[in-house]
Amino acid sequence: MEDVVGRIREKFYDQIIKFEEKSARRIYLDFKPADIQAAVKFIFTDLGCRLATVTGTDMPQGIELLYHFSYDRSGQVISLRTLLANKKDPHIESITPLIVGAEWIEREIWELLGVEFDGHPNLKHLLLIDDWPEGKHPLRHDHD
Amino acid sequence: MSHKVVVPIGPYHPLQEEPEFFRLYVEGEKVVDIDIVIGYMHRGIEELSEHKHFDQIPYSVERICGICSSSHPYAYVLAVEDILGGEANVVPERALYIRTIVDELQRIHSHLLWLGLAGHFIGYNTVWMWAWKYREPVLDMFEMITGNRNHYGMCKVGGARRDIREEDVPVLKKALDDLLPAVDMFKGAVMDDPVIQARLKGIGILNKKQAIEWCAVGPTARAAGLNIDVRRDDPYGVYDRVSWNVIVENDGDIFCKTKVRILELYESINIIRQCLHNLPKGEIDANIKDIPAGVGIGRVEAPRGECFHYIKSDGTNSPIRHKIRAPSYMNVASNKVAAVGQTISDTTITLAAVDPCYCCTERVAVFKDKTDKKLMNGWDLIKLSQEKTKKLQERLNGGNK
Amino acid sequence: MNLRTKALTKSLAVFHAATSPCNNCDIEVLDLFTPRHDVERFGITLAGSVRHADVLVVTGVPNYKTAERLKKLYEQAPKPCFVIAIGGCACGRIVFQDSYNSPCPVDEIVPVDLYIPGCPPKPEAMIAGIIKLLNKLKGK
Repeated sequence: MEDVVGRIREKFYDQIIKFEEKSARRIYLDFKPADIQAAVKFIFTDLGCRLATVTGTDMPQGIELLYHFSYDRSGQVISLRTLLANKKDPHIESITPLIVGAEWIEREIWELLGVEFDGHPNLKHLLLIDDWPEGKHPLRHDHD
Repeated sequence: MSHKVVVPIGPYHPLQEEPEFFRLYVEGEKVVDIDIVIGYMHRGIEELSEHKHFDQIPYSVERICGICSSSHPYAYVLAVEDILGGEANVVPERALYIRTIVDELQRIHSHLLWLGLAGHFIGYNTVWMWAWKYREPVLDMFEMITGNRNHYGMCKVGGARRDIREEDVPVLKKALDDLLPAVDMFKGAVMDDPVIQARLKGIGILNKKQAIEWCAVGPTARAAGLNIDVRRDDPYGVYDRVSWNVIVENDGDIFCKTKVRILELYESINIIRQCLHNLPKGEIDANIKDIPAGVGIGRVEAPRGECFHYIKSDGTNSPIRHKIRAPSYMNVASNKVAAVGQTISDTTITLAAVDPCYCCTERVAVFKDKTDKKLMNGWDLIKLSQEKTKKLQERLNGGNK
Repeated sequence: MNLRTKALTKSLAVFHAATSPCNNCDIEVLDLFTPRHDVERFGITLAGSVRHADVLVVTGVPNYKTAERLKKLYEQAPKPCFVIAIGGCACGRIVFQDSYNSPCPVDEIVPVDLYIPGCPPKPEAMIAGIIKLLNKLKGK
């Protein structure tokens, strides 16, 4: 069984802003938005981790995105965390070209939180009706 | 001649008009592309959680899906307990056993339910009736220990809400003993039937590479050779204290998906028996009063695969964020490759093979491209599937004479 | 009670419309047709299309995608068509009242003749409810 966390820390030593080992099987790594793409590619393709899902949260400082990966051999969930500070127009590069299974996950975050995923092949409504009012994102807190 | 095909599955619960859930594009008899439209079940549960107290949330997440109604609350309480230091450190031992027993009973009822529906789709209505008949005693057991046939309300943060009484244990044991011959019967009826083999082998294949790309989980992934199971990989409850096997097959077709589910029935019965045998005395509730600020992730192996919950707390009574990812979310999307290349008569069983938490098994219809005239609806497509089985039966039985 | 309604009480064709349920009610409705409860012996059958239905069974919470469809379905059903709302969600939305994706409860979309609350209601409760409806139709 590989020490995947060790390998990630070694490869992205300069990019990791913060590292937290909350418990043996729950690890959190903070990255800048621009560095997420390379980290995801390494974790999925080189280390063979499985993408569980991506969580988006509307925080006062910005839109926080967590990319949750599972290393099934050890049972660890490795979450890459990043913050999109521009809440009026949050953008990040899509990971769908890398991981096909991310398509629906990113569509959902786009419609519920308003994050643009650059390069996503099919960014359209998934859960909400097609004529849902534009700019109205149900999971945004300022919306209330 | 090309048609725009929209496939309806099940006249039972989906609305018979638009919206189409699965749009299949066919050329002649073969499916060449598929567009999947969801959202008919979307009720905004994640947003509702932000306005509820931590102890109110198990009730609402239980109602995400009626079939895996113990998985979602279990994954949720695991996420909150993750903030508190982890289930094993927080929850009393007896409660761990109770949670595991309920979780495995749920797996039995869910797999039997699927077996029945799959039987119906390919025209074996007897399988449907028998599978659901043997499901009833399992629901009776749920009613005995939790008070309800479905929606059990057993999980709470810090333990279990109800105890299993001493007098219920022998009743449970007997019910499991009575179930075993039925499972043997299903195994024989399904696995050894040459018509079912001809009907399901080589159909609806999701191979290992595709299962990885689409991040598939559960029996769908294990049938493709992916050896993953949250109960073993990231143990919770008492799964690391009882002995059981992860069932993996390699061909990725519907026959393998069926085989995985039937063999898992045996494992579930085995796990529950061990739990009942080793059930310790003691408290069932840690009486948690406050949830500190922090983040937690909880996941369980629902009958369909990994059920993933994430909670972010700021120390108040409600979470700031509750993220829910059901297993079918990943598996249904993988139909984009599994259903392509199949014939129309195989689509109902292919789409049903990922066991799409039934909430998602919506409708399909066949349209004529330019005129938008509906050619076939779900009822017709199930009939097509059942007719194919009949023809196979005739061919195979005729050959034996 | 006219002849048409009288004939209905002997043989009900039920069309099942789910508007965004968790599926528990739907499974319990299907359960009615399996060996333990077997409602077919009362003459109740499942209809493949709403145009052949005498009864529209509604489960779940209407959301924006399904509310419109429910209304269309009711309009297409030949009258008289009796609407049965099964389950807490169809009766009053219960825990989903505040959902951003639910415009209104079922009885603001179609007129409901029978409410069977429960989460989910047991098959016995559903049968009891249907008998109440049949008795009402027979004038009892």
